[in-house]
Amino acid sequence: MLAYAFRRVLSAIPIALIAVTICFFILRLAPGGPFDGERALPPTVLANLRAHYNLDQPLIAQYFIYVGRLLQGDLGPSMVIDGFNVSDLIRIGFPFTLTMAMFAFVIATSIGIVAGAVAAVNQNKWPDYVLVLAVMLGVVVPNFLMAALLQLWFGVYLGWLPAGGWVTGSLWHLVLPVTVLAWPHAARISRLMRGSMIEVLGSNYVRTARSKGLSERIVLARHAIKPALLPVVSYLGPGLSYLLTGSLAVEQIFGLPGIGKYFVQAALNRDYGIVLGTTILYMFIILALNLIVDLIYAWLDPKVRYR
Amino acid sequence: MKFTTAFKAVATAGAMALMMSTAASAVTLQLHNGGDPGTLDPHKASGDWENRVIGDYIEGLLTENAKAEAIAGQAESWEISEDGTVYTFTLRDGIQWSDGEPVTAGDFVYAFQRLFNPATAADYAYLQFPIKNAAAINSGEITDLNELGVKAIDDKTLEITLEAPTPFFLDALTHYTAYPVPQHLVEELGDDWTKVENIVGNGPYLIKEWLPGSYVRSEKNPDYYDAANVQIDEVFYHVLEDQAAALNRYRAGEFDILTDFPADQYQWLQDNLPGEAHVVPFLGVYYYVMNQEEGEVLSDVRIREALSTTIVREVIGPDILGTGELPAYGWVPPGTNNYVETAYAPEWAETPYEERVEKAKALMTEAGYGPDNPLTLQLRYNTNDNHQRIAVAIAAMWEPIGVKVELFNAETAVHYDALRAGDFAVGRAGWLLDYNDPSNTLDLLKTGVDQDGTMNWGNNYGRYSNEEFDALMTQASTELDLVARGELLAQAEKIAMDEFAAIPIYWYVSKDVVSPKISGFEENAKNIFRTRWLSKSE
Repeated sequence: MLAYAFRRVLSAIPIALIAVTICFFILRLAPGGPFDGERALPPTVLANLRAHYNLDQPLIAQYFIYVGRLLQGDLGPSMVIDGFNVSDLIRIGFPFTLTMAMFAFVIATSIGIVAGAVAAVNQNKWPDYVLVLAVMLGVVVPNFLMAALLQLWFGVYLGWLPAGGWVTGSLWHLVLPVTVLAWPHAARISRLMRGSMIEVLGSNYVRTARSKGLSERIVLARHAIKPALLPVVSYLGPGLSYLLTGSLAVEQIFGLPGIGKYFVQAALNRDYGIVLGTTILYMFIILALNLIVDLIYAWLDPKVRYR
Repeated sequence: MKFTTAFKAVATAGAMALMMSTAASAVTLQLHNGGDPGTLDPHKASGDWENRVIGDYIEGLLTENAKAEAIAGQAESWEISEDGTVYTFTLRDGIQWSDGEPVTAGDFVYAFQRLFNPATAADYAYLQFPIKNAAAINSGEITDLNELGVKAIDDKTLEITLEAPTPFFLDALTHYTAYPVPQHLVEELGDDWTKVENIVGNGPYLIKEWLPGSYVRSEKNPDYYDAANVQIDEVFYHVLEDQAAALNRYRAGEFDILTDFPADQYQWLQDNLPGEAHVVPFLGVYYYVMNQEEGEVLSDVRIREALSTTIVREVIGPDILGTGELPAYGWVPPGTNNYVETAYAPEWAETPYEERVEKAKALMTEAGYGPDNPLTLQLRYNTNDNHQRIAVAIAAMWEPIGVKVELFNAETAVHYDALRAGDFAVGRAGWLLDYNDPSNTLDLLKTGVDQDGTMNWGNNYGRYSNEEFDALMTQASTELDLVARGELLAQAEKIAMDEFAAIPIYWYVSKDVVSPKISGFEENAKNIFRTRWLSKSE
């Protein structure tokens, strides 16, 4: 299994290089540049700015400069946010995004699994209907609307929670953002769990276990839960990366210092450095998560073997 | 960072924050500032959200009072030579940077040289081009920075020489491009001087923290010369571009001042929080440019007239935007200083709409278009709900005169790239005045300048060009008498507008919401309210 993990890590290197290359060139194909704003810059100023960021050189030369720096771990400067380089911005923003995503992940996964299992055991009874309703809300209501509604309800009308902002270390300020982030995630997991649990409960080995006279509790805990978790586990990798990248609306509405916004804002501003930097970061996260999920899968399902 | 470490950090800091919040009694202003500052360097800033932060931590020779009028800042007094071209400033005694170094005339000389040095690549350097040799240095024609018309006579005396008398120069000195920078620090650290751990200031507040995406935090500067009268101890400049979310946080009591709100909430604000919303004319014009390059359809003045006269501007402010922006028929916003009393008002604006449509139809027929041969125009705008609503409405207004509109939207960078390249027929644009003078909008319509064989049209996207207009603008730029200068500029405005050089649509308004706890807020056309003049009661 170690050798397998090692091979997977090695194979990530060419994938990473290809992704960086494609991303670099596609970004440059888009019309407009980082210094095209509402007002025209004087030609000398523009020329100086372009020279400062090496944009005056041939594209292929820029590419090699970028990759050369990247290999030394330098993501370069931001072209739009002066005074921060890309690594700075990621260093400040990413721990925040990660903390928020991990809270949401843990909460959503636990709630999702328990709720899904409870609904499956009580299929077509009231707990099942309550779950269906909560799932519908989570999936159907877009997160920016959910954020605005929760903000209005808990921040303005009830005044129980801060309506937004970030005070270093205050967990209260995370409650609403994490709820918004976790809800759709929990909804998807509970649906997966419910479906697979119903299937498992109808399977032959569960019937065998029951016919042996085992109590329902033991049947569920020992024989049903583990196989029912398989589809959930395969969703966790993409799910976590979704939580890490999907925080844009939440960050913007609650005014939080994460890095989700750079994805969209930097792309719109043609801030090449930040777009590439965040893309590379997420590429590594997704590669790592996929690897971890594959390893967990093997532990859960003995049928999966590594070659 | 491991999850557990992150969690521990969050939890410990949470406990600390709780302890601190019980101990604090300082007055804190929670200001909704909109966008994330792109920089804290006054020479590189370009947005009003940067201005709010930078103008609190650095002060120029002159500064703004509560109504945003120019008053003495770091300079306590000044003299102007009789011909209006030499300004001599005397600095205050005892002014210093927050690291204890004195603020000297040399800091100002250094700052202006840095501003115009092409290597700095300052976006807004042109605002101070009235200064002698500034434009030539900025374009690289003159490479010796010492030829700039800014000299330190001694540590306390600064002399600025202008190219020509400039009536708005004192006002321009309140702008952040004219702020001093700490020479000793910039020389030592280069661009890193604005990092929060290095930054120093000479203004009423000092930057203490910058969390990109969330806020900038400043604290009162105890060494500021007027510190005794500064009421607010701490300022949070909050980043939040989502206007609806900002209003929610205002209602939750988390913000004291909003610098923008969703236009469709204006009625609600008036009904539920009477007196808190401030909608004030703001020096700026929202307009459509028309591509008038030779060979383009809109180089025909008849079609330009037909397009401009059939827009019903009166419905746009109240009905489409909901905040009552005033219709614009001219090019110089109401409230602009140094101008004539009566605003440009074309005759056609007074004629009934049906008559205007009839005349426009006739003009279109004359130009060779009609029901059988409709004109198809592309209307470009940068992606935004309000721009879209206005574009859709205007497309409908042009339908009766046989103009088919293709709407095309793109994000801001792409949009302005296309306008600059002349790749459009009709395009949306907007201009907010940088300083309070009519030349600031009229300059947008000047013929481009030939630079090594290529025409540089600057912000004149439509390539409007009229020799008479250009001549009047040149004449006005050397006219000493303010009244006569105003007349010349008004004549220029009339020429351009009579020829439909562009389509002005509405005058901008500023939209602030101010909590009743805040006093000292004064409405003004620049929408600048420095924290120094505000106070807050609990």
